[in-house]
Amino acid sequence: MSRIETDVAIIGAGPIGLFAVFELGLLDLKAHLVDILDRPGGQCTELYPEKPIYDIPGLPIVTGQELTDKLMEQIKPFSPTFHFNQMASGLEKLDDGRWKLTTDAETEIVAPVVVIAAGGGSFVPKRPPIAGIEAYEGKSVHYAVRKMEAFRGKNILIAGGGDSALDWTINLAPIAASLTLVHHRDGFRAAQHSVNQMRELAAHGKINFEIASVKALHGENGLLNSVTLSNPEKKEWQHACDTFIPFFGLTMKLGPIAEFGLNLTENLIAVDTAKFQSTTPGIFAIGDINTYPGKLKLILSGFHEAALMAQEAFHICKPNEKLRFQYTTSSSNLQKKLGVA
Amino acid sequence: MKIIATDREGAEHIVEGRDGWSVMEILRDAGLPIAAECGGACACATCHVYVTGDWAEKLPAKSDAETDMLDMALAVEPNSRLSCQITCAPELDGLTVTVAPE
Repeated sequence: MSRIETDVAIIGAGPIGLFAVFELGLLDLKAHLVDILDRPGGQCTELYPEKPIYDIPGLPIVTGQELTDKLMEQIKPFSPTFHFNQMASGLEKLDDGRWKLTTDAETEIVAPVVVIAAGGGSFVPKRPPIAGIEAYEGKSVHYAVRKMEAFRGKNILIAGGGDSALDWTINLAPIAASLTLVHHRDGFRAAQHSVNQMRELAAHGKINFEIASVKALHGENGLLNSVTLSNPEKKEWQHACDTFIPFFGLTMKLGPIAEFGLNLTENLIAVDTAKFQSTTPGIFAIGDINTYPGKLKLILSGFHEAALMAQEAFHICKPNEKLRFQYTTSSSNLQKKLGVA
Repeated sequence: MKIIATDREGAEHIVEGRDGWSVMEILRDAGLPIAAECGGACACATCHVYVTGDWAEKLPAKSDAETDMLDMALAVEPNSRLSCQITCAPELDGLTVTVAPE
């Protein structure tokens, strides 16, 4: 467990969480960011890294990845600390008035201000809509491969047609007792060389490839012994396996934030439009996760919200100091912070 | 044009389409449970619907991008479509869709 003390804990390292670092930094406030993904950018890099965005002021065309890269460059002078691959899991008020944010990796961040910039929530693996799948999760059904050794000697069924499904088919084939890849069509949304490698393995009988979908799971006490597969030609049949790894990408779920005791409206955090503070003092919400009259889910709106949030965060973090409003174009003080003066 | 949409509980909703809008936008604005996480960029597969009746054949064919993105959808069937990739038009009057499970 590591305990960190800072000015502001930010949940979410998407574009709005990143820009919040900039606005806070101009006011000398330090930030730590927590994100469940393994890199910055949130939806911009997870959902549409290559897709162009046309409505960022001053950037006529920019991709999700480019915008993220530019924001990372912009906030570099403020050296924020990132805690990636971690889900914000708990929020608790301390006796001294500060907040303690904990993550599922047992990081503790203590700060007077918490900013929730979590977009649509945490990115979590999509769970196939198969009845009773929850009972097998963690024992026979896995959404990621953390330790390959855990899969040695298993009779594995992998579902999906993307890069993860193909990569793990190729990597687990040598150590599995048997491995079957199941996908709904004979085509893949994956790198061509991976597809070729998989077809090679199938041609040599090292793996099986079935064009089908998984309809039901069979077993007991969370231990799988077979599944029902189906396709239009063969109808339904049983397939013996003890391990099922579905790879259908990620989806957004609000997750533990729902348990933080905040005022939620349809999974959004209600805020005022002067400070973008929730009804809990010290807890702010900016970007897609907040709601207020007239809210537009646009990146540019989130940038504005970040700037106003930072003003109030300053008053909370430095109650005895006067906030000096300055422009980056004219203030040598700000320019020094940015490393350009 | 009208779209007849069946939700995950089996209830039928008749919603008014608008020429040029995507079916996803119409369903989402009508309050159907369409996540459409990427906002219509064919990048997330969370606007997955089944087109029913003979609409699978009558609709314009899927683009390669839509076919690829459907690999990230759950419970894909031959009549699966991403509703953000279907554009409302007069000839689609009476389109029947069922919201896919999540």
